[in-house]
Amino acid sequence: MTYKYIPHTEEDIKTMLKEINAESIDCFFRDIPEEVKLNRDYNLPDSMSELDVVRRLQELRDLNTNNLVHFIGAGSYDHYIPSIIKHITSRSEYYTAYTPYQPEIAQGTLQYIFEYQTMICNLTGMDVSNASMYDGATSCAEAIMMATSITRRNKVLVSSTMHPHTIETIKTYGHYNGFDVVLLNHQDGLVTEDELVKQLNSEVACVVISNPNFFGLIENPETYVQKIHDNKSLLIMMVNPLSLGILKTPGEIGADIVCGEAQSLGIPLSFGGPYLGFLCTKKDYVRKMPGRICGQTTDVDGRRAFVLTLQAREQHIRREKANSNICSNQSLMALMTTVYLATMGKEGLKEVCLQNIQKAHYAYKKITALPNFEPVFTSPFFNEFVVKTNVDYEVIKEALLKENMMAGVHLGIYYEELKNHILFCVTEKRTKAEIDRLVQVLGGLK
Amino acid sequence: MKVLEGLYYSKEHEWVRVEGNKAYIGITDFATHSLGDIVYVELPELDAELAKNDVLGVVESVKAASDVYTPVSGVVVEVNEALADQPELLNEDPYTNYLAVLELTNESELEELMNSTEYEAFCENQ
Amino acid sequence: MRNYDKLIFELSRPGRRGYSLPPLDVEMEDINNLIPENLQRKTDNRLPEVSENDIMRHYVNISNKNYGVDTGFYPLGSCTMKYNPKINEDMATFFQTLHPLQDENTVQGALKLMYELSEFLAEITGMAKVSLTPFAGAHGELAGMMIMKAYHEKHKDFKRTKVIVPDSAHGTNPASAAIAGFDIVEIKSNEDGTVNLEALKAALNDEIAGIMLTNPNTLGIFEKDILEITRLVHEAGGLLYYDGANLNAIMGEVRPGDMGFDIIHLNLHKTFSTPHGGGGPGSGPVGVRKHLVEFLPKPHIEFKDNKYILNCDCPDSIGRLGNFYGNFGVLVRAYTYILTMGKVGLKHASRMAVLNANYLETKLKDDYLLAIDGICKHECVFSGLNDKSTGVTALDVAKGLLEFGYHAPTIYFPLIVDQAIMIEPTETESLETLNEFVSIMKKIAQIAKEDPEYLKHAPYSTPVRRLDEAKAARNPILKYEEPHE
Repeated sequence: MTYKYIPHTEEDIKTMLKEINAESIDCFFRDIPEEVKLNRDYNLPDSMSELDVVRRLQELRDLNTNNLVHFIGAGSYDHYIPSIIKHITSRSEYYTAYTPYQPEIAQGTLQYIFEYQTMICNLTGMDVSNASMYDGATSCAEAIMMATSITRRNKVLVSSTMHPHTIETIKTYGHYNGFDVVLLNHQDGLVTEDELVKQLNSEVACVVISNPNFFGLIENPETYVQKIHDNKSLLIMMVNPLSLGILKTPGEIGADIVCGEAQSLGIPLSFGGPYLGFLCTKKDYVRKMPGRICGQTTDVDGRRAFVLTLQAREQHIRREKANSNICSNQSLMALMTTVYLATMGKEGLKEVCLQNIQKAHYAYKKITALPNFEPVFTSPFFNEFVVKTNVDYEVIKEALLKENMMAGVHLGIYYEELKNHILFCVTEKRTKAEIDRLVQVLGGLK
Repeated sequence: MKVLEGLYYSKEHEWVRVEGNKAYIGITDFATHSLGDIVYVELPELDAELAKNDVLGVVESVKAASDVYTPVSGVVVEVNEALADQPELLNEDPYTNYLAVLELTNESELEELMNSTEYEAFCENQ
Repeated sequence: MRNYDKLIFELSRPGRRGYSLPPLDVEMEDINNLIPENLQRKTDNRLPEVSENDIMRHYVNISNKNYGVDTGFYPLGSCTMKYNPKINEDMATFFQTLHPLQDENTVQGALKLMYELSEFLAEITGMAKVSLTPFAGAHGELAGMMIMKAYHEKHKDFKRTKVIVPDSAHGTNPASAAIAGFDIVEIKSNEDGTVNLEALKAALNDEIAGIMLTNPNTLGIFEKDILEITRLVHEAGGLLYYDGANLNAIMGEVRPGDMGFDIIHLNLHKTFSTPHGGGGPGSGPVGVRKHLVEFLPKPHIEFKDNKYILNCDCPDSIGRLGNFYGNFGVLVRAYTYILTMGKVGLKHASRMAVLNANYLETKLKDDYLLAIDGICKHECVFSGLNDKSTGVTALDVAKGLLEFGYHAPTIYFPLIVDQAIMIEPTETESLETLNEFVSIMKKIAQIAKEDPEYLKHAPYSTPVRRLDEAKAARNPILKYEEPHE
């Protein structure tokens, strides 16, 4: 019995058993009580050759409709991904390494994490970043737990304009971890100061605002951040980092903790994962951050070197008193984003942002000019927008699928009051021809 | 390992120096040695009312973190701010560098602590 | 280029670029009309300006300072650093253009893959149903502890607020239970890390929600009293949670479900060969027995009317644990691995992993102090060198191994072993590799006697040498600052 990933020949096994004076492999399992042993083969497929495995996966791939022209966003975005990213992240020096516990032979990983932390801080205008989190939703839940720990309060005001799945995730964490989630109503798609003031009280640990919000609109917490701070509560902003090529940074706005989903920065759609959560904050709260953090130091010869630091916050040392139970980061995804940001650079990020805004507004203008579609909200948006229609969503979806296009999400599945509202997304990757075709198909529907 | 005479000691390796009704509280040489290089000290808030065995602070080294429990009850009247910027002071001189000063609310608790001879014997059995 | 030590920011020159975008093909509006100026950033984004060649060389050069499984032997105990098959990587690219919210009819292949993988994992672990949602092992633990709480809440048993965790457990266990809102009751283990039945009995009462265990335990020892343990906990009204960290020891031999565990999590990045990625992404599926299926995270993947669906109508579910369905790309890799190995191959993998660990245990025990004498499972644990007179610590041995071109084993874990050195060879290492490792370990033991100072200052020829970790933690420098700032 030989397998390509297991090098043992029959001869090797004999030699090894003899060398260590063991009579058989079975004797290593003798301590397992007989009554719990499986004593049968798994009910699983037989071993397959590489060619057969590929055929099987090709079959599964072909059951999907791949390479759709996406006008859907809602937390996962079809952006341009520079080719260089895969060439770097497919180096097995990176992807077959473990968490950098032995810094002497892990400077590659540690250095890109340090670069990643720097870029996240520069983008958001915050002081310190951790080495990344699982995804946007969990980064937000972690940010909230951090705020409840800093303020020793346990009520959390969450904007109702956040991604519904993120709100659900926050509620899951809240139910078990013991913080109360109160949703802030929106007016015309935005959180208002009046609503906030109504809910703020001495139990409130933090206010969570996403920007752009789920409807694609740009919130303006700058107008009420002082009220939050006067209440000794924290402002958490969950942002799409790509938008920070243009949009005001959470640092400029005065946010205390910033989290979000960085899939927009060089990470493929991949049916929802793996993606990249990020979390950064002000210097004062650095020891309250969850997760890995990489810091700069020197080695015994005085050379600059990097190492995981402030580890006394973490589960392997603090056990049940740790800031979080998180062990890993999404290291390889952080590398993707680091390479993306290095590649796009100072100017490229601005340009890609501008193109998102311009193209989304072009599509918005064209769609809302159609007889069966009308605008819903009035405030500025980034690369997503909501339109209302009197055409049935299923009809729209099917008509677009025929043209190999994917419609935006139907907001009716999340909000009773938003039946027949669609959230479209237009990124820099969509061409004018594709947008025009979208508009043409929509215009032909009744 | 250094043990100073005239101080009170707890089994959790804290020391108490009493001046009037004030108690200076720190961690012992034994504690700093077992922690290694201390990199961070979390101090209590001023005016906090602490009961015996409440958490007074946290001392972190590179690879460990240790809660410091107050061996006596009292109100925090002073914290050693110098430790915030120079946690290594605890390694250099654990008996000069207290963590905090408490105004004692129950002096009889001191009787439950060890003297230097008893503490030395206690450490030898650790 | 071993001495290459630049940061990407230090390569930046104004005006260079590494990207190209097509010119804007729609009519351009004044940006200030679309986004009012008060909503725009005023500060510089301070990203580097570098050419594509600069970027490639930079990341190739720093990659040379890394050590991966593809570089050499990686005996990191409790981490299962087995070989990461290359075909798995290729297969993951098949699904990269799928949007998680695109029409269900257009992602039937992806959903089928997830459904089948969860069935495979249920069969491997003896569970009724497995959810693939958790993003990592710790996330799977958290999901599992939430399920435990949801179960007791459903039965209006609100008193059960405590979870038992043995002192030999990994720190993540108590941390996950605490994040799920439980108090922790730590019980002392026997010397071999197994559960002390008397301590367990004393801890069990009507406030105990359950217990978290791994079997084999963190010392690589199988709980021979496992059936008694599961009986005791169930009789006391608690549930048993199985930490799948050590599943690579027992595939095909025994299943957690058959031992009586109610909830498990798995690490696909350990047992099922998906790469660790320098710290992630991993994947930590959570599985349950029949009576807990309703509590699994949302959405549930089901097969109904000849179609795979994402069912969001699951009222007793603990809820969502992330925006979408877990680390799908990692799931594709694990699925590919299971197909490649097949039902017999998985069992063979565990048997060879255990053979390798026992081989190293026997070969090393003349020089290193065995924590527990006797057969081990997939990993063996030593308590430093046999010769305690040298002053050479587990850390020094580890750093010595780096000098000789190996990755170090896990050290100082489990905490209940003084000077722990935990070695997990995995099944993908050959006899020759093991023999070379043994000879290096013996050489280190010899050096410890003759020249302990050499080890205390090792390594010497690695890209950097021992680091000043105290300095890093006392005055944290967590990002690059441009020199003129």
